[in-house]
Amino acid sequence: AIFGCSTLKQVCMTNCPTLIVTVGLPARGKTYISKKLTRYLNWIGVPTKEFNVGQYRRDCVKIYKSFEFFRPDNEEGLKIRKQCASAALNDVQQYLGEEGGQVAVFDATNTTRERRETIVRFAEQNGYKVFFVESVCEDPDVIAENIVQVKLGSPDYTDCNTDEAIEDFMKRIKCYENSYQTLDEDLDRELSFIKIIDVGRRYLVNRVLDHIQSRIVYYLMNIHITPRSIYLCRHGESDLNVKGRIGGDSGLSLRGKEFARYLAKFIQDQNIKDLKVWTSQMKRTIQTAEALSVPYEQWKALNEIDAGVCEEMMYEEIQENYPLEFALRDQDKYRYRYPKGESYEDLVQRLEPVIMELERQENVLVICHQAVMRCLLAYFLDKSADELPYLKCPLHTVLKLTPVAYGCKVESISLNVDAVNTHRDKPENVNIHRSSEDALQTVPPHL
Amino acid sequence: AIQKISTSVPQFTNSPTLIVMVGLPARGKTYISKKLTRYLNWIGVPTKVFNLGQYRREAVQAYKTFEFFLPDNEEAMKIRKACAITALKDIHHYFTQEQGQVAVFDATNTTRDRRADILCFAKESGYKVFFVESICDDPDIIEANIMEVKLSSPDYQDCDKEEALVDFLKRIECYKMSYVPLDDEMDRNLSYIKIFNVGFRYLVNRVQDHIQSRIVYYLMNIHVTPRSIYLCRHGESELNLLGRIGGDSGLSPRGNKFACTLAGFIQSQCIRNLKVWTSHMKRTIQTAEALGVAYEQWKALNEIDAGVCEELTYEEIQEHYPEEFALRDQDKYRYRYPKGESYEDLVHRLEPVIMELERQENVLVVCHQAVMRCLLAYFLDKSAEELPYLKCPLHTVLKLTPVAYGCKVESVFLNVEAVNTHRDRPVNVDVSRDPQDALLTVPEHI
Repeated sequence: AIFGCSTLKQVCMTNCPTLIVTVGLPARGKTYISKKLTRYLNWIGVPTKEFNVGQYRRDCVKIYKSFEFFRPDNEEGLKIRKQCASAALNDVQQYLGEEGGQVAVFDATNTTRERRETIVRFAEQNGYKVFFVESVCEDPDVIAENIVQVKLGSPDYTDCNTDEAIEDFMKRIKCYENSYQTLDEDLDRELSFIKIIDVGRRYLVNRVLDHIQSRIVYYLMNIHITPRSIYLCRHGESDLNVKGRIGGDSGLSLRGKEFARYLAKFIQDQNIKDLKVWTSQMKRTIQTAEALSVPYEQWKALNEIDAGVCEEMMYEEIQENYPLEFALRDQDKYRYRYPKGESYEDLVQRLEPVIMELERQENVLVICHQAVMRCLLAYFLDKSADELPYLKCPLHTVLKLTPVAYGCKVESISLNVDAVNTHRDKPENVNIHRSSEDALQTVPPHL
Repeated sequence: AIQKISTSVPQFTNSPTLIVMVGLPARGKTYISKKLTRYLNWIGVPTKVFNLGQYRREAVQAYKTFEFFLPDNEEAMKIRKACAITALKDIHHYFTQEQGQVAVFDATNTTRDRRADILCFAKESGYKVFFVESICDDPDIIEANIMEVKLSSPDYQDCDKEEALVDFLKRIECYKMSYVPLDDEMDRNLSYIKIFNVGFRYLVNRVQDHIQSRIVYYLMNIHVTPRSIYLCRHGESELNLLGRIGGDSGLSPRGNKFACTLAGFIQSQCIRNLKVWTSHMKRTIQTAEALGVAYEQWKALNEIDAGVCEELTYEEIQEHYPEEFALRDQDKYRYRYPKGESYEDLVHRLEPVIMELERQENVLVVCHQAVMRCLLAYFLDKSAEELPYLKCPLHTVLKLTPVAYGCKVESVFLNVEAVNTHRDRPVNVDVSRDPQDALLTVPEHI
């Protein structure tokens, strides 16, 4: 194969597929956790998909009337809900089988032992490992905040006013409470699970079976929901940027230095509580941070992608000296590895500890590089491996990411200092026999 | 200075952390303390163990019997309390005068009073406290512990095994009566991890910061199932023969011969469920191919990147980069090749490999000289100064087997000749030294 070893996975995460099963009363963050975990696993290269039973129910019962649907004595309701769970498990089977998925997240209340036993049997029949993630929370403020953030905007409540919706939802929770059987240290000691108590204050972890479960536990133990914002930007325009050369370790151009000063002012105006500033170990990010006059920490892991033999070349020179490589890169920009360099896939690998620490932290400004920023952005905005290498991360623009509901709000702030464009779109012709003209069609202008 | 920043990652420690072990005797507290300390030091966090039993042995020269530990033995109680105070004083000194970042207080700490004293001590000085409690009620595990580490303790050197076992079990009983485990309710504001039955189950409460999160992750990945780790380099490569560093060449004829011999050796060892790992470089892959078994490739196992010095001989490095060459000899661990890496960077990128090695059982890692030195330093607790000079010759397999508190090492040379690639630190590391002095320790090559 052309790439040889570059396409092989670093270590076999899973032999058999894993079925993650959420457990918990409504408004305990199950869907939040499911989506976030799915996003993380996909980003690190483990094909994962979530299956939300509530979604199946909404597809089945077109119009939600009231909490009465969830009453434990509502036989009609129970029948439908059971069918929806089955339909979801069918789709799980399809995903983990034909579709090549490795992890499926079964997002439902799963509050009774009986329901969980059914799922465990289903998994056994199919050869899946099961890992339960239970969220237990009795803090009324946390629950109220959940309801406000994600339930009020749910399709179930589009025609209700806020108070009605809250009242109905609280009654919905009550329907589950009586039959709720929490995972038990003794009764469930044979199961693999993590119990998250009070949004991460405490965890009970039982029988972690393998690498992927260990990674999942580590991830879940590092995320939090304290409001905060993450600011991402590139270094100021560099001398090599101006010349249209990639990589290298040059300093800032005049405009780049101006950007650094504007960035300092911007950060000050934002009045951010306890802001941490991170840079790479390359001159251009360090010089940018220096202008902020606040302490900053350097991560080697934030260094720009290593372009190997193509370091400090212009695209025209790459086309001239390595036309085959240039085309191969356009064919699969995510997995392509520069000779003696790295691929985007490698980058994601080395950025994983950065992401983990970003999850632990609160307000952070990350001053990095184009490819690095694309990888980080792809994580926060759940972009696929195909989209990632083409995400637009222009110089002199700060992206402010704020977690909201199940995702991330993005505000893009251009700091009004001109800079070259360094974004090269995928050209139409990616054939290895293409002409130079075709290859260089999308190269942005430079000196 | 040549390199402004030498570390790959921000250090993430503000106040020092005091890890406090909790648990009855023979619950693995010392095992965990030593292992954790080894890991933290390897990843660059200065850590030290303070074992109370050690202090006691120094205070009471000759151990007689378990009666020393009877709860009503007032004389002994006084001594034991004094020892605890001395240990805490030493911890304070370690943090304030010796730049320590983490101290592991290895003692039973089984009463709430004792733990309250420690919390007080820590609060006064602004140290963060993290408790690690090991709870085990499996009599087989406890007995195995006693056999492995207690019977050979200085306390029992003049006893026969049966007597020692009986005495030790009585010693445990002394603690049981007053043992109060960390409590879900009463201790809900403390930061701790409770480990049940050697990792079956964990309870984690109030992790405060990055280092505690890393400690928890590490503790949740280690196990005590017997196994062996085999470390070796790729077979001799074409570039090895030419005395050139780095690159991505294939095996020489002798290297190929080694690969075949390795296959025979591995087979003869009859290893259960052996996993084989290589790097992404040709020479380790070619070596693994000869084994005829499945293997997994880790980019993280690639040899140290020598940047501008890739594929040069030492003579060429001396000729083109004499100053760099000298700086490297001055501080081989932290020195980073221009556009390349340092050993310190290597350790950082190998950390996920180490974590996975801890999770696994029998593994053969086919890697490279600098990489092998880093992995070996982790298992054998070698300092940053010793690490870059560890001897890892070609065609030699190191079999590491965890035993007691450390690692047994068996070195097996597979009888296929190879060049020597080990360059000792020369006497003269001055930047203005002459070439002769610089090249004094370069091993022979074509």
